[in-house]
Amino acid sequence: MYNEIVDEEVAMREAAKEMLTRENPTIFVGPLIIYAWNEEAKEMAKLVREMAEVLNAKIIPMVDYRPKYPKINPEVEINPNHPNLTIWHNNIKVCIFIGVHCHFANIALKIIRAETDCLTIAMCAKMGHEDAMITVRDQHPEDVKKFIEIAKQVKKELGK
Amino acid sequence: MGNNGFSGVNKSGQKIVSPDYLLFEAPREKVFMTGSEAVKEAVKRASVDASVSYPITPQSEAAHLIGELWVEGYVGVYFRGESEFGVMSEVAGCSMAGARIITTTSGPGTLRAMENFPMWAGSRLPIQLVLMARGVNSPLSIQPDNLEISFLLDTGVMIWHAENAQELFDMILAGFVVAEKTDVHVPIITAIDGFFISHTRESIMIPPEDIALPPYNPYMSPTPIIDAEIAPGRYIKDPFVMKSNYISYATHASWQWEVRAAIERSRPYAKHYLKGLIEEYGDPEAELVFVASGTAASQAKEATRMLLDEGIKAKVVKVKSIRPFPHQELLEATKMQSI
Repeated sequence: MYNEIVDEEVAMREAAKEMLTRENPTIFVGPLIIYAWNEEAKEMAKLVREMAEVLNAKIIPMVDYRPKYPKINPEVEINPNHPNLTIWHNNIKVCIFIGVHCHFANIALKIIRAETDCLTIAMCAKMGHEDAMITVRDQHPEDVKKFIEIAKQVKKELGK
Repeated sequence: MGNNGFSGVNKSGQKIVSPDYLLFEAPREKVFMTGSEAVKEAVKRASVDASVSYPITPQSEAAHLIGELWVEGYVGVYFRGESEFGVMSEVAGCSMAGARIITTTSGPGTLRAMENFPMWAGSRLPIQLVLMARGVNSPLSIQPDNLEISFLLDTGVMIWHAENAQELFDMILAGFVVAEKTDVHVPIITAIDGFFISHTRESIMIPPEDIALPPYNPYMSPTPIIDAEIAPGRYIKDPFVMKSNYISYATHASWQWEVRAAIERSRPYAKHYLKGLIEEYGDPEAELVFVASGTAASQAKEATRMLLDEGIKAKVVKVKSIRPFPHQELLEATKMQSI
């Protein structure tokens, strides 16, 4: 299925399955959600928490992109310029990027692909990310609700 | 006006229409004007927020005419920079602040400003530079030799090369549309050969002046807009990017690769708005083919006509987009030719 364009539901089912079956599933949430800069962001934040519960996942925020000196604490946040440190430190084998500005998601996804064995999933409000292993585009609250319902179904099927 | 896909007016009071309507569907009238005047007419219809200028032959007139648009209320902010380096830095600031911006330069001005072009690209700024090419070397020349375009090839910007004033007019409008796509969002340089296009008059077809492109929406940017928390350039000065260690190398490579990937992602949009990255002219079965861009394509077209008089079948493949470069299209267009 990888390297193919598939129906959104198919991609969402695969994403849920990977999150529910790999080690240390983690959701990386970016400033487009955690800064609560509009009503949709607030709604998305609540949905991300619900998504984390359904997927038995941790949440590690990508607070912003300003310099972190001398270094970030990988326990509490991820820096897009060295996402591999957070992924190595926490032994994360699958993750979802959501609410991260496209440029920073793309550079982080390239580094993760090159330097880790973490499976990456990008839920993008705009055009999607070719460097993620699974990506869905134009994701807004209604779409995330649909993903949560699909994840619940997959979880049941897996007996998790 | 029909179903143009948009409604409302921009800051200049022009009706906002879809890019497709403006470029392909709106009625057009024939005018007789120079390339510099065509720049003015394109900018007038582009909902431009700001422009910064600096004089250098042969682009001075185009810069001056954009200034007239400011007087007429079509451009929000207009001022003269201290030098080309100042101009290209100032337009970066305007773009980071969320403005649609255009500027113009030529030959040595491009070189004086050179440090800024990879900075624009690395900062993902959809600035448009109309480059009216001229010589950069000694002995001094003001004729176009396109050396400065070659120096720009690996700076991470899109480069389109117009053959004539009509193509320049359309490329300026399309340039904003493609450069501002979220998954592209890199600078666009619309180049022409100075004097040949800037100073000669030709017939071009232009849409009405009371319609314009939708304004730039900076919230569609792939990077955050500057504010009190994120000062200009601050997010690109992470010590883990700037230091010299293997993590820095990985980050640097990833960042620059992403800029190149963004140019690649412009292909489908550019193909749509430019009606292909190349144009073929002449006999499809020709055994002799000229590959050219800019006014060299016009000269090559004339050569094919002269060759035809001699019974030699030839054709021209005009390259409209140099970055992204149309590798596949060129291979396809030249596979039948032996020369």
